[in-house]
Amino acid sequence: MKTRKAKKNLKKTEILGLEFKKIEKARKLSDGITANVQKYINLHTTTTIERATLRLLGADGADKNGVPVPNIIVDKMKDKISEGVSKYYLNALVKSGKTPGELNNEIANGLDISKMELGDESKIKSKAKEMVEALDKRLSENVKFRNQKIKEYSSNEKKPWIYVIVATGNIYEDVKQAQAAAMEGADIIAVIRTTAQSLLDYVPYGATTEGFGGTYATQENFRIMRKALDEVGDKLKRYIRLVNYCSGLCMPEIAAMGAMERLDMMLNDSMYGILFRDINMYRTFTDQFFSRMINASVEIIINTGEDNYLTTSDAVEKAHTVLTSQFINESFAKRAGMKEDLIGLGHAFEMNPDIKNGFLLEFSQALMAREIFPLHPLKYMPPTKFMTGDIFKGYAMNTMFNFVTKATNQTIQLLGMLTEAIHTPYLQDRFLAIENAKYVHNNIADFLGEVSFKKDGIIVKRAKQVLDESVKMLEEVNKIGLFDAIEKGMFADVKRPKDGGKGFEGVFEKSEDYFNPIEDYLKNKLKIR
Amino acid sequence: MNLVKPYGDTLNDGAMQISFTLPVPFGGKAKECAKLYLEKLGFKKADIVHMAELSESFSFFVAYVKTDVSIDYDSVEFTPAIDKAMSMDEVNAFIKEKIKRKVVVVGAATGFDAHTVGIDAIMNMKGYNHHFGLERYPMIEAMNMGAQVPNEKLIETAKKINADAILISQIVTQKDSHIKNLTNFIELIEAEKLRDKFVLIVGGPRINNKLALELGFDAGFGPGTYAEDVATFIVKKLYEKKVK
Ligand code: B12
Repeated sequence: MKTRKAKKNLKKTEILGLEFKKIEKARKLSDGITANVQKYINLHTTTTIERATLRLLGADGADKNGVPVPNIIVDKMKDKISEGVSKYYLNALVKSGKTPGELNNEIANGLDISKMELGDESKIKSKAKEMVEALDKRLSENVKFRNQKIKEYSSNEKKPWIYVIVATGNIYEDVKQAQAAAMEGADIIAVIRTTAQSLLDYVPYGATTEGFGGTYATQENFRIMRKALDEVGDKLKRYIRLVNYCSGLCMPEIAAMGAMERLDMMLNDSMYGILFRDINMYRTFTDQFFSRMINASVEIIINTGEDNYLTTSDAVEKAHTVLTSQFINESFAKRAGMKEDLIGLGHAFEMNPDIKNGFLLEFSQALMAREIFPLHPLKYMPPTKFMTGDIFKGYAMNTMFNFVTKATNQTIQLLGMLTEAIHTPYLQDRFLAIENAKYVHNNIADFLGEVSFKKDGIIVKRAKQVLDESVKMLEEVNKIGLFDAIEKGMFADVKRPKDGGKGFEGVFEKSEDYFNPIEDYLKNKLKIR
Repeated sequence: MNLVKPYGDTLNDGAMQISFTLPVPFGGKAKECAKLYLEKLGFKKADIVHMAELSESFSFFVAYVKTDVSIDYDSVEFTPAIDKAMSMDEVNAFIKEKIKRKVVVVGAATGFDAHTVGIDAIMNMKGYNHHFGLERYPMIEAMNMGAQVPNEKLIETAKKINADAILISQIVTQKDSHIKNLTNFIELIEAEKLRDKFVLIVGGPRINNKLALELGFDAGFGPGTYAEDVATFIVKKLYEKKVK
């Protein structure tokens, strides 16, 4: 089945008969909601935005204690963040006549560039221009390379894309697992981050071999995995996509590293950090915008995190919160210059397996997401919360999930693991998951073309109900504002106070003369304002 | 003596199923290797019923085996944290009658752990699977501090609100991170000489009572626990302490 585009003259979606008028209304409400937040975003910067900017201008490396150069720079300039830190780095490049590599070394060895007197503004600006042009060249080449490979191997591409996770903690072990997964049929490899990395206010440096529940996201680890996937992809004649987690206190920096090392997707949600890691909301909103501009500029597909809501709130009762959040995430993403084909909205198969007809409800909602977001590379997540140590039942649940995914034409399918409740996947767990998915994908390939749904049946009615509830919720959020809505616990049943959470001290109001050549470059490239 | 061994379809046939991966290339030799390995483990008869290639250097096996080894069921020692849970109402009546004041409980998922669903299931009003949480118990004052709470902060809060019991949830267990964190907790509370002031309870999918006792806690609860299980333990323990 091809993705069905909404035809202009139709009043309702093709299969479920959802009214376009309502969908449009939801979009308008969402734009109203994000417009208010965007006003705040535009007036602020954060420590990690400044560090991401520095990284994209060449700052890299770490001192002997492992403190990354971008952190060393920004930590010494807390009083100057409002004006933009990058001009001091550019100034140091101009004044010293050194390459970024040489300058980074000196900074790691103690050079304090905040103490160097600012030189001629025009020289700083022309240095900025030079560095931005070099960056643009590097990023454009990455995009070109990726698109070329995708085209070259397009005849071997199947949908849904099979997405699996590696998480050994050791990047070299991850490589083995990732290559094996690709050979078994995986299209996308996500290297999940180590427990608690999202709360680190810096990105560790270099290759790493110690992590638990995941592997550190570092630029070197990105590079190592990228190379491994390119190698195995060329062997298999398929382009294997690499994913990491652009979230937490260093969201924009991870985006910067991913852009430079040609990652293909990023988990990147506008609210996940607030709700699930207790990161301050002002910090998160400001960071997500900058990181999404970076992702958009290199055609990185983002994956949003609505699936998580259904672990802390009930999947049947709160289905509409997922749709509501998808509309909001979409609107934020568009403000950051993302087109639909980069906005991988998330949702999940997370209902209690004991529910009568639960499968029909899941089917309905997955199809609803497909019809409301026809151009988006939807990311569909497997059962997790109700997975238990009963791996046999878990395998059966995953089969049901595979059925819904294929039948409703989802784009990105994160495969369920039979051992979800036990450990991060073993090599064989991933293999069994891929076998299951391949079997179902093939066995029901043309299912949806063969059936139609009763107009007043469970499936059609459910989708309408969820959309209606979502519009109602959007109206309420629109009325009270997103900040208050989160404070009240309207998403994921999690309440977060506005001034609470981590990282608030890293948010700064921009001064009138705020200078950030990377921001200018991104906005220009993405035609933002 | 009650000697038992695994049951397939006939008593004492000793049948078991096993699946595993070896870091060897797929092929006849791999299969033979897998079979010999199972025999080396002591299984009497090993059938490799399925094998698959995971990559150039890894192979996966499904096997059925038979064993001669048996165990004396009567010799197994097992002490659950509680024998039988009281209902919410029974717990309340017990507190009113025997403890005669409200019981104060504080809980959190500690250390790096960001998982709240488990501790919420035990503590929050709504509870889990139609079993109300401790907040709902009229005679219990429950304070849920959420996740990612440092051990120090939990202890400090327990002191401040004069808690009777401290509940800790540990969901992330990879590389034994929970053992380290729980050990650290006990060390901290012993250093403050407060170990005996509180009833200490830990829970999570990889936790059991035996492990909890070994680590120095009063009780441990695993998957499928409800608030009434924990409440029963707490009030009985408090009463026991009081009588002493
Ligand atoms: C939901 C979930 C999340 C959500 C959590 C949302 C939230 N606010 O809680 C999110 C998406 C945020 C998440 C994140 C991560 N997760 Co997670 N997550 C899960 C998942 C799917 C379900 C857990 C759950 O909610 N179960 C339902 C509850 C009710 O069950 P429970 O926790 O076992 O609790 C019961 C009992 O254990 C007991 N109990 C629990 N606590 C207590 C406390 C007391 C005092 C008592 C008496 C009883 C008790 O009673 C409860 C009710 O019966 C599990 C997989 C699974 N199916 O178990 C993975 C899982 C726990 N996560 C895992 C991992 C690795 C992570 C991450 C580290 C991933 C990463 N690298 O980023 C991060 C954690 C980051 C961090 N700092 O902790 C692993 C842990 C592996 C391991 N053995 O260590 C699991 C098993 C998944 C996997 N296979 O990889 N996760």
